Amino acid sequence: MYDAIIFLYQVVFSISLFILISTGLAVIFGMMKVINLAQGEFIMLGAYFALLGEVMGLPFILSALLAMIGVGLFGVLVERLLIRFLYGRLTDTLLATWGLSLLMIGAVTTFLGPQVAGVSVETGRIAVGELYSVSVYNLYIILVAFAALASCWALWRYTRFGMIARAVMANPGMTSALGVDCHKYYMLTFGIGSALSGLAGAMLAPIVGTQPTMGGLYVAQAFVSVITGGELPFLGTLLAGGLFGTTNGVLSYAYSQVIGEIGVFLIAIVLLRFLPHGMTSQKGRAQ
Amino acid sequence: MKAASGALAYASAPSVLATAGISQEKPIVIGNILDQTGGLNIYSLQQIKATAMAVDELNAGGGVLGRPLELVFYDSQSNNQLNAQYMTEALVRDEAVVVHGGVTSSSREVMRPIVNKFGGLYFYNSMYEGGVCDPRHVCPAMVPSQQLKPLVPHVVENMGKRAYVLGADYLYPHTMGEWIKKYTEEVGGEVIATEFFPLDVSNFASAITRIQAEKPDVVWSVLVGNAHNAFYRQYEATVGKDTIPLASCMFGIGREQTYLSADESAGIVNATSFHDGLETEAAKTFLDNFKTYANDDSYVGDYGELGYRGVKLWALAAEKAGDASADAVIEALPGTSFDAPGGKVTIDGQTNHAIMDIHLIRANREQGWDHLGTTEQLQPVDTQAVCTLGS
Repeated sequence: MYDAIIFLYQVVFSISLFILISTGLAVIFGMMKVINLAQGEFIMLGAYFALLGEVMGLPFILSALLAMIGVGLFGVLVERLLIRFLYGRLTDTLLATWGLSLLMIGAVTTFLGPQVAGVSVETGRIAVGELYSVSVYNLYIILVAFAALASCWALWRYTRFGMIARAVMANPGMTSALGVDCHKYYMLTFGIGSALSGLAGAMLAPIVGTQPTMGGLYVAQAFVSVITGGELPFLGTLLAGGLFGTTNGVLSYAYSQVIGEIGVFLIAIVLLRFLPHGMTSQKGRAQ
Repeated sequence: MKAASGALAYASAPSVLATAGISQEKPIVIGNILDQTGGLNIYSLQQIKATAMAVDELNAGGGVLGRPLELVFYDSQSNNQLNAQYMTEALVRDEAVVVHGGVTSSSREVMRPIVNKFGGLYFYNSMYEGGVCDPRHVCPAMVPSQQLKPLVPHVVENMGKRAYVLGADYLYPHTMGEWIKKYTEEVGGEVIATEFFPLDVSNFASAITRIQAEKPDVVWSVLVGNAHNAFYRQYEATVGKDTIPLASCMFGIGREQTYLSADESAGIVNATSFHDGLETEAAKTFLDNFKTYANDDSYVGDYGELGYRGVKLWALAAEKAGDASADAVIEALPGTSFDAPGGKVTIDGQTNHAIMDIHLIRANREQGWDHLGTTEQLQPVDTQAVCTLGS
């Protein structure tokens, strides 16, 4: 019985990790269609903000909040200085954000050093049966991942801000004719997406440590989740995170981490072959 | 001083050369190829500074054979492709008579053929799985038989007979896994499972679950690099060393205890050729000098000391040979002995590896090590079994 509980926990934790790292990109790529190759570095920056919080002596919750605000503001800056000139220009955005990614890694390495640093959070463990135990912090990660996704969805679905933001993304010309400042919504949306990635980085810092090159570990998984998710950013991320998290969780549990990661990418390839516009897309189906 | 392109030139201070009054002959070029950046840099950072310190100390003492030493440093960025490129540059363009460096076995195996092609001399100042039999390769660091001979019996005796081994997925951990199994079985223990992880894996949840299911008496870690240090965090958060203790041949070498919490590192057992808590005169002098030189109070560790040891051994061999060129120094290497900070080190002519003291250590709660004991002058028997140079 405990084997089953632990197995279920592994799968849910794996799903949460996918959702956590993908939600920021879901906002930026899923909603704005901006391919941000620096998304991994936004996560890295969030981890470093969490480290800053720890150095300043803040309790972890405040460090995570600091990460959200810090990276969110950074995202707004990036949008104003770089991204806003490149809307609609896909390859240029790719190149620019790739350059941004290298710049961020280089800057952090130069000013903060290439060494690993750690953020420690004392949360304890829960025993499951006689053999197993689960780290309480991992349970917090699960909570935060789903809460972040749900909050985003609620923000975009139920608030006035969300309604206008959706309108801006769907039809900017008409929306601006109705008197909305579209640029403000682009900026805020990008900022929110960045803040979410910052949160992801802060939550990951205690379990993987901070290092300038850590972004590379996550950017591929985030893109795979969001692209496979399809048109509806949040439902898509949930479905994709669920699918890949389950695949990864099951294969890692049964075989090894390597097989888990291979499995995820194989499933993604097969899925994209049959549903080229993603899981939640309307296109490509008989309507 | 010319600097290598794409690299950070850790050149010896010109002022030191001037005040030493060394004749303005052509300097002896020493190359140093290490990972200042990238996932493997945790091993190199102190070695880079220690190597530079050794060179500057030699220059302050009049150089080698009356000639100043010029150190040229290349950052291989944890990328084997750059190791190959910089070794070629060091030997061909910069005409280095000796090149120190390389961390992983894969980086070493990329560089050795180049050293042989251009007839150079290569000091691999890093612990590894042993067995390399190459006259142009010298390793002043531990090989498995030296590290595990005192460590495995201690682990089996104090922690238990059933071991679970985790390692990074490349040559060194695979080989170490086999040596751990051999030495464990020799003292009546058993390795119940061995698992390997690519260097960029940072999520060890499934492995930790499997460990819990198997209930071993001890978990061995041969995990390597930045991403893998996540294991120590996740292990302490989920299982805890008070439930199942950890032993490691790698922990501490990347100075992990300086960035993990006391809970996450305390209690891990290892064996090493040098650690900061060593109470000998040579060790304390080295540490004081290093902290002044590098302006850095943090833990130095065995990889730091190996950079220093390698340069000083080379210098002694060069003085003995009366000639700094690679072939002459190679002739003079056997029997060259140095009182290193970690103890007396002697080059074993049969293998170009070293006879040295090995210290048993346990991580404490102050980001340092407790000294558990020293085994003196261990021979590199595993490499001696497969290698006889000059035969």
